[in-house]
Amino acid sequence: MEHFVEATLTVNGNPVRRRIAARVHLIDFLREELGLTGSHLGCEHGVCGACTVRVNGQIVRGCLMLAVQADGCTVETIEGLSDSKELGSLQKAFHEHNALQCGFCTPGMLMAAQDLLNSSSKGSKITREKIRTHISGNYCRCTGYQAIVDAIEEVINGKG
Amino acid sequence: MKAPAFAYAKPRTLEEAFDLIERPGAKVLAGGQSLIPALNMRVAQPELLVDITGLPGLSEIRLDRGVLRVGGLVTHTQLQLSEDVRTHVPLLAQAVEHVAHPAIRNRGTLGGSVALADPAAEYPACLVALDATVVVHGRSDERLVGASEFFKGLYETDLRAGEIVAAVEFPALKKDERSVFLELARRHGDYAIIGLAAHWGQDRRFVYFGAGVKPVFAARASAARSLEEAKDVLKDDLDPPADLYNSSTTKRHLAGVLLERAWNTLSKPH
Repeated sequence: MEHFVEATLTVNGNPVRRRIAARVHLIDFLREELGLTGSHLGCEHGVCGACTVRVNGQIVRGCLMLAVQADGCTVETIEGLSDSKELGSLQKAFHEHNALQCGFCTPGMLMAAQDLLNSSSKGSKITREKIRTHISGNYCRCTGYQAIVDAIEEVINGKG
Repeated sequence: MKAPAFAYAKPRTLEEAFDLIERPGAKVLAGGQSLIPALNMRVAQPELLVDITGLPGLSEIRLDRGVLRVGGLVTHTQLQLSEDVRTHVPLLAQAVEHVAHPAIRNRGTLGGSVALADPAAEYPACLVALDATVVVHGRSDERLVGASEFFKGLYETDLRAGEIVAAVEFPALKKDERSVFLELARRHGDYAIIGLAAHWGQDRRFVYFGAGVKPVFAARASAARSLEEAKDVLKDDLDPPADLYNSSTTKRHLAGVLLERAWNTLSKPH
């Protein structure tokens, strides 16, 4: 039997109040209930990272969090961070470096890369190794990471 | 796949939590980074999830008289950022770098990992190597269980129905002690092919993970007087099962490689 729980959260700045089936994870809720299809659902068991969103300022796997667990939380998706222009520099660099192949992983890649950008202190040089480690949770299968690392490195080390 | 239907409750007090946990078909949900994939794959089919992340007092890291007490709900990220952990339990600080990826570390918890007892996970081996104590809460009492008694078998611990991991107590590293954490994985953040948590002081403890059904204390190698002797007797300490990609022989070889790296790091003068 389906169990519903009432939850109130903020999604990209907008208050949302819904009765949510307990078993629905955050990404299905965002995509199917709210129509925010920018976050992708890949493996659905926490390996691919295509579903990366931000909850209370921290990136999380959207498929590994129940939507009802976001009750009282602030959720930001690729749509929100695009509209606010927070991702602007990275998006430009990804575009210029052609930093994608099929593009399915790109929203999650951008969320993970922006997280590294935000957590790095200004002026400190971030190595390619560190970038690779940080996005290691977003590896998919296309092997197109060289250009992705180039793009992130350019923005993070201020060459962009 | 999609998770089966279940009910969900988020208690605010321990009393309320124990009422819920004792219901038939109830399962404790902490960070959910192992439980939710299991639900999505329908490996787990609980009737009720009891989300304990709203409980007070389980998210602190506190140093008291030579013991660092880490609450069960402390996340991997909290561990990673803790100055106390880095100073007093450096093995754990090294280990956390290998636990999955940033997005998972933001939600996964120490208590969850300890309660699950995945044989390839980092923390159980660290607990055994450091001779840590697991603080177990039940409705009416608190039990202290030594790490080597806590981990009993494949995903099997000393936890009884209706109990939760409230905290882990780590002895703070003493002046003459050192430790090192090494792990080999296919991709950074993946579960280990094999790994080693090593403590080097009055007692030496080399504890492998990904090498058996639970953390494996290499007793003979730990008691050896030289690296050559340790490598020689290690074969009697370990009988690692093959995984999808690596044979038992490969794992044995890699265990020796890690032993040598650890020994060379730890035996160097300060």
